[in-house]
Amino acid sequence: MDATTRSRALLLAPALFILTVAASGPLLIVFVYSFLTPGDYGGVVWDFSTQAWFNVIAERDFFTEELGWADAHLAVFWRSIKLSLLTALLSFLVGFPTAYFIATRPRRSRDMWMLLIMIPFWTNLLIRTFAIMELIRNEGTINTVLIAMGLVTAPVQMLYTEFSLLVGMTYVYLPLMILPIYASMERFDFRLVEAGYDLYASRWQVLRRIIFPLVKPGVIAGSILVFVPCLGAYVTPRVLGGGKQIMLGNLIELQFGQLRNWPLGAALSLTLLVIVMVALLIYVRAAGGEEARHG
Amino acid sequence: MIDIREVTKVFGAGSDAFRALDRVSVTIRQNEFFTLLGPSGCGKTTLLRMIAGFEGPTEGTILLDGDDLAGKPPYERPVNTVFQSYALFPHMSVAENVGFGLRMLGRPKDEIAATVREMLALVRMSELAERQTAQISGGQQQRVALARALAPRPKVLLLDEPLSALDFKLRKEMQLELKRLQNETGITFVFVTHDQEEALTMSDRIAVMNAGRIRQIGVPREIYDHPADRFVADFIGDTNFLSAELTARTGDTATLRLPSGRTVEARAQGDGTPGKVTLAVRPEHAELAPPEEGALTGTLTEVVYSGTDTHYHVALDQEAGLFVLRRQNRPDAGPAHQRGDRVGIRLGAVAGQVLRD
Repeated sequence: MDATTRSRALLLAPALFILTVAASGPLLIVFVYSFLTPGDYGGVVWDFSTQAWFNVIAERDFFTEELGWADAHLAVFWRSIKLSLLTALLSFLVGFPTAYFIATRPRRSRDMWMLLIMIPFWTNLLIRTFAIMELIRNEGTINTVLIAMGLVTAPVQMLYTEFSLLVGMTYVYLPLMILPIYASMERFDFRLVEAGYDLYASRWQVLRRIIFPLVKPGVIAGSILVFVPCLGAYVTPRVLGGGKQIMLGNLIELQFGQLRNWPLGAALSLTLLVIVMVALLIYVRAAGGEEARHG
Repeated sequence: MIDIREVTKVFGAGSDAFRALDRVSVTIRQNEFFTLLGPSGCGKTTLLRMIAGFEGPTEGTILLDGDDLAGKPPYERPVNTVFQSYALFPHMSVAENVGFGLRMLGRPKDEIAATVREMLALVRMSELAERQTAQISGGQQQRVALARALAPRPKVLLLDEPLSALDFKLRKEMQLELKRLQNETGITFVFVTHDQEEALTMSDRIAVMNAGRIRQIGVPREIYDHPADRFVADFIGDTNFLSAELTARTGDTATLRLPSGRTVEARAQGDGTPGKVTLAVRPEHAELAPPEEGALTGTLTEVVYSGTDTHYHVALDQEAGLFVLRRQNRPDAGPAHQRGDRVGIRLGAVAGQVLRD
């Protein structure tokens, strides 16, 4: 090992230390806990058991001892994945035009637009979530206006529905979609758009065949950045779902809290991690394939 | 045939308004290699972009084979462009780039494949069909851009300074190549350039533009030999401007009296009333002579050797300014001249072109 390599290793050391201690350590603890027996008042008893992993997807009926699917868990998994995908989709539908708009402004005003996008992002998550709640609750702004305009007679139930979660999470994570798409679009050579029009491509064809393929890496990155935190979202479903529409994050919290089943909580956490890993793998495949084709 | 009638283009409004084109009228004929020539900012690219449909005229009309192009977006015009930056699609192969226009027109697959092959053969790029555009050289990208614009068989091909990014040798090669392509395809080419030499070599006709106006339209020889005004004479090639007095005129020949007192003959069109005029003399149309034989006299201030030619700079006795002469370097060239020599300048039987101020 020569001097350069040694000093490089030294530079790496703090990061390695933090990653090992702060990530691998707790992860290892979670892994070990998932194979233990729950204690009566929380915590774990050091008896090896695969019960928790079994309970992630299946359960034995309390009275008949009949084996069945853990419907409650599966419903939460399904809702989490579905809402996360929908949030990513909705964020894309809102974020793509926004990023396009900003990227086509004069250079000087782009930073101002990005700042406007980022300001809500820097605001406390709870405050933003309560703001959404204020808008959509039955006595909230939207319903008040709708009733005043005579469009509806009774308030439209939006709060505590999957809709409210979708709106809330899209609002929260939208900047994470806009940023990478904007970064891709800023590098996009808009002269190619003129070349497309010149070669008989309509607006839609230019968007689909020229702009979209070239900013796709940004779209994929944005989708992952939105999808992953949505899967584990806790605050938004807690406030806007009102305990009715719980997601994975809330289910995990329940196991460690009220239900005092730490091993199951640990197993659910690791399941969430696996789902995230699979999503990242798909991303790496998609992005890697892109790069290989464009050199 | 493109008929451009009284086209004006104003960018911006109020005090910031910029008149890029000012009542420009020109007719570009079928199957013609037509060049818009002028310094940067003269409006030539704006005019090209209006034919392509990227800009609309503020006033005036553009007709293509009798159809008014007003309001038609670029993708509905049978006109294709070779962009200065080439603007090749980086996510497509060479062949996909060339086939793009036909694909957007919804042509059948086998027809597209056949046309792409034909076009790539035309620009001698067949072997590189499957390459990515980032993997080929600038000259090759240029050829792909040409093939891509020619593939849909447009009625008019617009070329926006397509050779400016190439080095000297490649540029010369592409000039001949473009001329060949125009002959083989029979498509009308509208070529924009600021390079007068390029314009003279390639064009059937040239429109010289300045400050949003067309100053002269003509075949290269006409533009070079009979510049319509001082701007054209100055922009195309090198020119010496002499003050003179027109004394008589018969037909296209005018008799001029130079400040030296000598009388010379020169070409003149239009107004023939006697009075002060400017005589434009090309450097290669005059030669050095003993002082007593020249129409003008002066002192040699500089002798510049440039390979094929030698340039002589003469400070004139009769008026301020330098007179530049060019002589081809041949083994049988006349006596050598040196800086500081007293010389005369002999003008040809037809001294040059008379310009009205």
